[in-house]
Amino acid sequence: MDQKYAFLEKVGKEPSNLIKGLQAVQGAEGYVSDESIAAISEYFGIPAVEVEGVLSFYAQFKRVKPGKYKIAICDGTACHIKGSTQVGEWLSRELGIKSGETDARGHFSLETVACLGCCSLAPVMSVNGRVYGKLDRKSIVKILKEYENK
Amino acid sequence: MSQEKIRKIRVGVASCGVAAGADAVLELLRSRAESIPVEGTGCLGHCYAEPMVEVLLDNGDSIFYRNVKAENGYIDNILSLGEKDRFEVPPARKAKELIKVLALAGRIDPTRFEDYTENGGYEGLKRALSMTPADVVNEVKLSGLRGRGGGGFPTGTKWSFLAAKDAPEKILICNADEGDPGAFMDRSLMESVPHQVLEGMLIAAYATGATKLFIYCRAEYPMAICHLKIAINQIYEHKLNVINGRELEIIIKEGAGAFVCGEETALIASLEGQRGTPRFRPPFPTDSGWKGYPSMINNVETFGNVPLILREGAAAFAAIGTEGSKGTKLFALAGDLKNPGLVEVPMGTTLREIVFDIGGADPDKVKAVQTGGPSGGCIPVELFDTPVDYDSLKKLGAIMGSGGMIVIGKDRCMVETARYFLDFTHRESCGKCTFCRVGTTRMFETLERIVAGKGEMADLEFLEDIGPKIRMGSLCGLGQTAPNPVLATLRYYRHEYEAHVKDHQCEALQCSALVDMYLDKTNCIKCKLCVKTCPVGAISDDLVIDNEKCTRCNACKDVCPKKTIHRVKKGSIQ
Ligand SMILES: Cc1cc2nc3c(=O)[nH]c(=O)nc-3n(C[C@H](O)[C@H](O)[C@H](O)COP(=O)(O)O)c2cc1C
Ligand code: SF4
Ligand code: SF4
Ligand code: FES
Ligand code: FES
Repeated sequence: MDQKYAFLEKVGKEPSNLIKGLQAVQGAEGYVSDESIAAISEYFGIPAVEVEGVLSFYAQFKRVKPGKYKIAICDGTACHIKGSTQVGEWLSRELGIKSGETDARGHFSLETVACLGCCSLAPVMSVNGRVYGKLDRKSIVKILKEYENK
Repeated sequence: MSQEKIRKIRVGVASCGVAAGADAVLELLRSRAESIPVEGTGCLGHCYAEPMVEVLLDNGDSIFYRNVKAENGYIDNILSLGEKDRFEVPPARKAKELIKVLALAGRIDPTRFEDYTENGGYEGLKRALSMTPADVVNEVKLSGLRGRGGGGFPTGTKWSFLAAKDAPEKILICNADEGDPGAFMDRSLMESVPHQVLEGMLIAAYATGATKLFIYCRAEYPMAICHLKIAINQIYEHKLNVINGRELEIIIKEGAGAFVCGEETALIASLEGQRGTPRFRPPFPTDSGWKGYPSMINNVETFGNVPLILREGAAAFAAIGTEGSKGTKLFALAGDLKNPGLVEVPMGTTLREIVFDIGGADPDKVKAVQTGGPSGGCIPVELFDTPVDYDSLKKLGAIMGSGGMIVIGKDRCMVETARYFLDFTHRESCGKCTFCRVGTTRMFETLERIVAGKGEMADLEFLEDIGPKIRMGSLCGLGQTAPNPVLATLRYYRHEYEAHVKDHQCEALQCSALVDMYLDKTNCIKCKLCVKTCPVGAISDDLVIDNEKCTRCNACKDVCPKKTIHRVKKGSIQ
């Protein structure tokens, strides 16, 4: 196995740890590449197609490389009621990408998730896990500026 | 003002506090407070007042501050015990709440073991260990506790199923998937008092003879996972996991973003590292679950109630609530109301009390409340005298659900709300059952057509016809409940559906396809903020909106200082 994936050793070889293994890979590389699928398949002794079958089931796993800053728009019920559709449209327009895409220079990527657990601050989004609440157009533009040159 | 000495300062740094900026407040307070200890705590449930700071005085009193900012002015005010920004629980809320499960939330440092044990923590376990396992099961039965994960199954009865099994391994699983998108009770409890959930699990392990303990937590909750991990290590250190002479393993598994994995058999498949697809029951998990071993699943809040029952006794617990629903319930209140947050009330409290008295919603502006998330239904404001318990809500075509409660204002469209839920469920269907997979997709497509103004009356009949079929033809709770939001809105708000179809009108002016933007020049001060703000350049220099270009994004409406840009019925501008 590629030395790059030596960290899988910590996960434990039982097949029931497959999801954990995929999470470890995504945690390290930001997404699940073809190369890492091969490594996982070898490590667990599970055919690559089966690995893909499992990972495609779960929304968490990304098959394309995300940007340096991962923006997640919450479209849970509370955020939806409070206008998350517009938040999504504004973000798309500012960044020039749709949900599920990464911008050309690999700086921002955009995804839509269901509920970040901060519903009382709806509408919310997160940037690399940091949650921002009570969004309006002004605050979104400000937050993007903050990350623009980071 | 007589200057009492400050003993300690606490800052609420649970996820929602942090989202409001509490971490920066904590940092600044630490650097400014010199010798006064400043500690992070969990969540007091008053999200609208976050970030919140509690100043504990030498005389035992506390002063709370609300909406604190990480600025020196705010910190000066706090350190000098100023009168500005003080917070008190609104009297109407105080009168209705009954804080039992959340008693320690926001009152202790969740990462400190002693903070829990010095406040009655692990006394429930101690009492349980002094009883026989069968008596513990019986105590939980007598308490009348029912599962808080949505189904409301009697907890003691479920425990007795696992206890009766004779197997080399028995598995106990805590369902911390909290899949209802708009609910955060379990997150708050795990972040704020992780040991309470774990104590409940250890008691259950003793009572049922479980040998392996899993917590299946959604990955979107990093802080909950972190606090649980710390707490588990503390349990290992203090050997609290040694039960009946056997060392029990407690394992956290992170979910990977699939709503259906909250369903018991799907959750078990996911724990085994497979696709989270539900399977037919029987066999029930208590007969054959994780890797074939007898397994039992309870929700986070269910476990969180158990230490109370053991500490205070089943009778004290059963004295709270209604005939069929005992104890208190946590609700995550959000949506169109003044004071969103996490609340705890006795079972049987009415929706009116929760939404208006506790949540501070404006009775003139509320249309309905949605309970039970995508599996639930809406309850119109006219029925708000309904007591909240398992059985009353079911009668209304809604469900108690796990505790997500979304207040829907009069300016929201119920057809669009139903479309939203079906968008969610049709994407989350695991695809195993045709009725669920195809049926929810067809429902979703039909609703999309209606909100786009392209619906027909036959579509409404189609929705009413297919709904019950999806219910019948689906294997698991996802499919069986997916039509609920549509059927409930059709039942109470049929006129809104008909207006979309017959008059191409969205009463709430929410559905963009049926709306134009209109700039009323009478009050306009020609500041042109709208022109500059419009992201698609749809507003001309002489202040006319080009509705062909406009995306109905509301940016201009929100920025206008004179509030003179309106959403109007499509085609109504001459
Ligand atoms: C589609 C679906 C999603 C569910 N999601 C959850 C969940 O996120 N959390 C939870 O505790 N129960 C969830 N449940 C209910 C569980 O299957 C199960 O009934 C519950 O965890 C049992 O615990 P309790 O008896 O303590 O309520 C879900 C059920 C279905 C059908
Ligand atoms: S009802 Fe839907 S989610 Fe449940 S098993 Fe069937 S297809 Fe899957
Ligand atoms: S923002 Fe409002 S007041 Fe200003 S120019 Fe536009 S419509 Fe007129
Ligand atoms: S609905 Fe957006 S944080 Fe919960
Ligand atoms: S204050 Fe904790 S949930 Fe909001």
